[in-house]
Amino acid sequence: MTEVFVVGTDMIRFGRFPHRTVANLGGEAALLALDDAGLTIKDMQALYCGNNILANRMVGQQVLREIGQTGIPVVNCANACATGATAFREGWMAIKSGVYDLVLCVGVEQMGKGLLGSGEVETGISPEGILGSMTTPSVFAHVGMEHSRRYGTTFEQFAKVSVKNHHHSSFNPKAMYQVETPLEEVMNAEMISYPNTKLMCSVNVDGSAAAVLASEKMAKKLGLMSRAVRVRASALTSDPFTDRNLTTPDFNAVTRLAAGVAYEMAGLGPDDIDLVELHDCFATAEIVHYENLGLCADGEGGRMIDSGETALGGRIPVNVSGGLLSKGHPLGATGIANIYELTTHLRGEAGQRQVEGARIGMSHVVGLGTACAVHVLEKA
Amino acid sequence: MTTETGSADLKPMTPFIKHHADGRPYLSGSKCGACGEVYVGERSTCARCAARGVMETVELSTKGKLYNFTVVHRSFPGVVTPFVSAIVELEGGGSLKGNLIDVEPDPKTLKFDMPVDVVFADAGKADRQGGRYLTYFFKPQNAQVRA
Ligand SMILES: [Zn+2]
Repeated sequence: MTEVFVVGTDMIRFGRFPHRTVANLGGEAALLALDDAGLTIKDMQALYCGNNILANRMVGQQVLREIGQTGIPVVNCANACATGATAFREGWMAIKSGVYDLVLCVGVEQMGKGLLGSGEVETGISPEGILGSMTTPSVFAHVGMEHSRRYGTTFEQFAKVSVKNHHHSSFNPKAMYQVETPLEEVMNAEMISYPNTKLMCSVNVDGSAAAVLASEKMAKKLGLMSRAVRVRASALTSDPFTDRNLTTPDFNAVTRLAAGVAYEMAGLGPDDIDLVELHDCFATAEIVHYENLGLCADGEGGRMIDSGETALGGRIPVNVSGGLLSKGHPLGATGIANIYELTTHLRGEAGQRQVEGARIGMSHVVGLGTACAVHVLEKA
Repeated sequence: MTTETGSADLKPMTPFIKHHADGRPYLSGSKCGACGEVYVGERSTCARCAARGVMETVELSTKGKLYNFTVVHRSFPGVVTPFVSAIVELEGGGSLKGNLIDVEPDPKTLKFDMPVDVVFADAGKADRQGGRYLTYFFKPQNAQVRA
């Protein structure tokens, strides 16, 4: 089977664009990624489009109306917060299987402000505040509290994740925020669901990101290998049965399963990874995923954030883009924005936030419901 | 607020709240005859081992332990905060999410694995047609038992 390469990728600066359409936002990222590759929509053989909120609105076709209706097949993907990564993976599979040589993957989302979801129900009464809490800050507070239960992880340790990622995004011009948030500010911010304060919740923003994938033959034929990045592994899992997972989602098992598949496919181990973009939808989530992705032993997640090992300049920098906490989290765009971030570092083009000498990067997303995608990229 | 008398007039908050012939509410569950996994609610196929046709309907315990909790300070509009969202493991199997009541909503005073009882009560809210609902809550086992 052919190797698969990212030959073009880009994202718009995440923000709030209430007066634009999803199609227009997606189209902008698509054109940026095509420009990065030096190609046009006429070169693309298929489009894989990730959008979660308008999953039944044929967003991929709408994107093509913005940038060129060439009649190519479009696959629209929705997989909660793993939506963008799933679209990217569909494109990877199409090339890997030899069906196409050049495809476009786009992820786009337009979000509202504030808490996702609502307490409104059509019939009966909402269970929120009666049968516990189903808000996303609460779901991920439970994830952090389970880690506290096992290893004594503290509110302060979780808060430090947010300090780190906000610091990282101060070097990322495409992040929603470029603002430092000291520890006291994070811990004293409005408590949403203990231990997640408002500054420990990801930012709901609008955004889009795109990637052009090519087979080895095509990347060489077009002379695109000098900035190409190889996809070493692509893994997607659903939640396996574990104790309590029908009551409270288990993001650990689904991630461990995907990480295992990805490491095996890549023929690599955690020590080979130079940087990681992982799913810090809430500060509590980042620490558990250090362990789930094998970046440290079980129970050492708290020590990892205390020691600075996951900060820019540390042993294994995590979320140097600013992560979902500060770059922002437009659901369908997030998985492809991760690909953009890794590719930018592997090309040595990340400027002030460059992870020096980065050769191999890992991206990770989890979608509530539950899905996990892990990708490993390598400098070609 | 825990008025079990007359609870049959209330609609169940979830399908797994059922009533005995004498009107007492209980939690209905399932047990897999192949692997022994216990589920909240009635089902025919096992999510754990995929066995079919060997699921037995069981009554779940109303005693359990606090596995996990968070104190919720901001929720959807109209939801009274703070409250404690709890995950409880029931004796004999099955786990439930629900509000833990009759405690201070303070993470410092809540203890993992503290024993709790499942109690049935009016959910405290009515639907648009004025219908009222029977729900379950968790209560610390050493708390004052209602009169
Ligand atoms: Zn079974």
